Amino acid sequence: MAVAPERPRIYEGTRIPSPTPSVLEVREDLRTSEDVLTVNFGPNHPSTHGVLRLVVDLHGEEVVGLAAVVGYLHTGFEKNMEQKSWWKAITYAPRIDYLSFQNNELVFVLAVEKLLEIEVPARATWMRMLLAELNRIHSHLVWLGTAALELGAISMFWYCFRERDRILDLFELVAGSRMHTRYFQVGGLAEDVPAGFWDECAKFVEVMPKAVDDYEGLVDRNEIWLERTQGIGLLSADDAIALGQSGPVLRGSGVDWDLRRAEPYLAYDQVDFQVPVYQEGDVYARYRVRMEEMRESVKIVEQAMRRMPGGPWIADNRKVVLPPREELHTSMESLIHHFKIVTEGFRVPEGEVYVASESPRGELGCYVVSDGGPKPWRVKFRAPSFVALEATATCMRQALVADMIAIVGSLDTVMGEVDR
Amino acid sequence: MEVHEAHGETTVVVDTPRLVDAALHLRDELGFNFLSDVAATDYLGWGAKGVSGYIGTPRGRDLNEPATQGHQRLPRQKPHRFSVSYHLLGMRAGAPRVRLQAWVEDGEHVPSLVGVWPTADWHEREAFDLMGIRFDGHPNERRILMDDDWEGHPLRKDYPIGGEPVRFSGEE
Repeated sequence: MAVAPERPRIYEGTRIPSPTPSVLEVREDLRTSEDVLTVNFGPNHPSTHGVLRLVVDLHGEEVVGLAAVVGYLHTGFEKNMEQKSWWKAITYAPRIDYLSFQNNELVFVLAVEKLLEIEVPARATWMRMLLAELNRIHSHLVWLGTAALELGAISMFWYCFRERDRILDLFELVAGSRMHTRYFQVGGLAEDVPAGFWDECAKFVEVMPKAVDDYEGLVDRNEIWLERTQGIGLLSADDAIALGQSGPVLRGSGVDWDLRRAEPYLAYDQVDFQVPVYQEGDVYARYRVRMEEMRESVKIVEQAMRRMPGGPWIADNRKVVLPPREELHTSMESLIHHFKIVTEGFRVPEGEVYVASESPRGELGCYVVSDGGPKPWRVKFRAPSFVALEATATCMRQALVADMIAIVGSLDTVMGEVDR
Repeated sequence: MEVHEAHGETTVVVDTPRLVDAALHLRDELGFNFLSDVAATDYLGWGAKGVSGYIGTPRGRDLNEPATQGHQRLPRQKPHRFSVSYHLLGMRAGAPRVRLQAWVEDGEHVPSLVGVWPTADWHEREAFDLMGIRFDGHPNERRILMDDDWEGHPLRKDYPIGGEPVRFSGEE
């Protein structure tokens, strides 16, 4: 097996197109040559990860102009959330990014808790972290399976979805549903963790690192994979920061930045994990970052399982949290609280907050405004996929049309989150 | 310019003509090199009518205290109809964050910050598309999520909910 001995160097200076950073314009001499063909990729194309449309100008096989067009999956999540009580709005958050649902749910719940200034019990914090990391593995597995599939490696897809299914089984065990679990409640968790979960989770923790070895065995020294990923889709560190990139795309460009470590939330400051960083800024570097993140996530899950605190799983604040079910039959006060929270919803003090978390795709932020009423006044998600697509024009410089698929895949965009 | 602190977050409110200067100062002098998000908010009807009554103490409503006994309270008034919040991050130890905020009325323009942080490109297009805020000097100010020929800006508070006009064939 031949392995390319040298990785191409990343470019100097900036390559962000000007004046519009997200649109690559055709060079003047090419445009007048009448040798440029404009092709419309998408919005329905098997390799565009959903409904992304790319308007591409081709000069032979070379991409000389590019503009990404989004919005085909716009469903108005943010507007919908304004119409629902805080309690009901939680169900919308996971549906925005259907691959990292628990991370989305988490960031919205954290924002509401920040406005309420409510204390969350340690067990809920650790369990949230455990599930968020399982969810990160889940998201990376889907990415790896589909990105490899797009480059023609079909068997990878089956292996990745085998492990993904195990994670979904774990979610089902905890929350009763496989996706969009709505397990995080303002103040903690909706239910305690079921007793059988720990054994199943321990089995998964044992299997997963070996599975990552298998994936690496499949593609890591595969010449076709290396040819198609190395030196493709270059993005330098400065350009990545200027374009607001985050997550694996940023760390693949050599920026050592992970919000789990830089501004620790949940219990990330109490667990050991490494932040993988690669300098090359190409598709291969992003692939490597995600592979190592899966291993690190398994380590966090393992530590969280071992050190999971006991005690309550939800805060004891009757103004916000539903009273225990059994109390409804004996306590009038509890019945009133239950009724008020379910029908009217709890009220959140006036104010505005922005909470950021490290989702599998990068900095996932949630900006929430409350007027003191039972419904959010405004909810805005900072979607990392939306921002990642702004980098397509920079990454596609000098790319060939076949590389385009690899580059879009490496940015790991989920169109539900881009269009919201 | 005014600065507020709330919930552990710093908000810097600037007049729109000085927005670009403030942004450059924050980026170059104070090291906020990363623009996380641009969030526009419509405050039309803020505190004007009770959704189900603004009742409660500053900490929210307390069910142990009967609702209307001197605790009726409206939220603090906002200076203008729209706010545009730029959430900035400094990529260094401590991860400092700041919110740069500008307030505008309907029809007023905000200077574009695409020249300061290129990532503002799509964020500003989204704010224009969904909230109808115009950005002066944006190189490509077009709708991004809605159709190009869409009428209205859906995230505004006066945009009808559930009343999407139906186009019948045969009618104009």
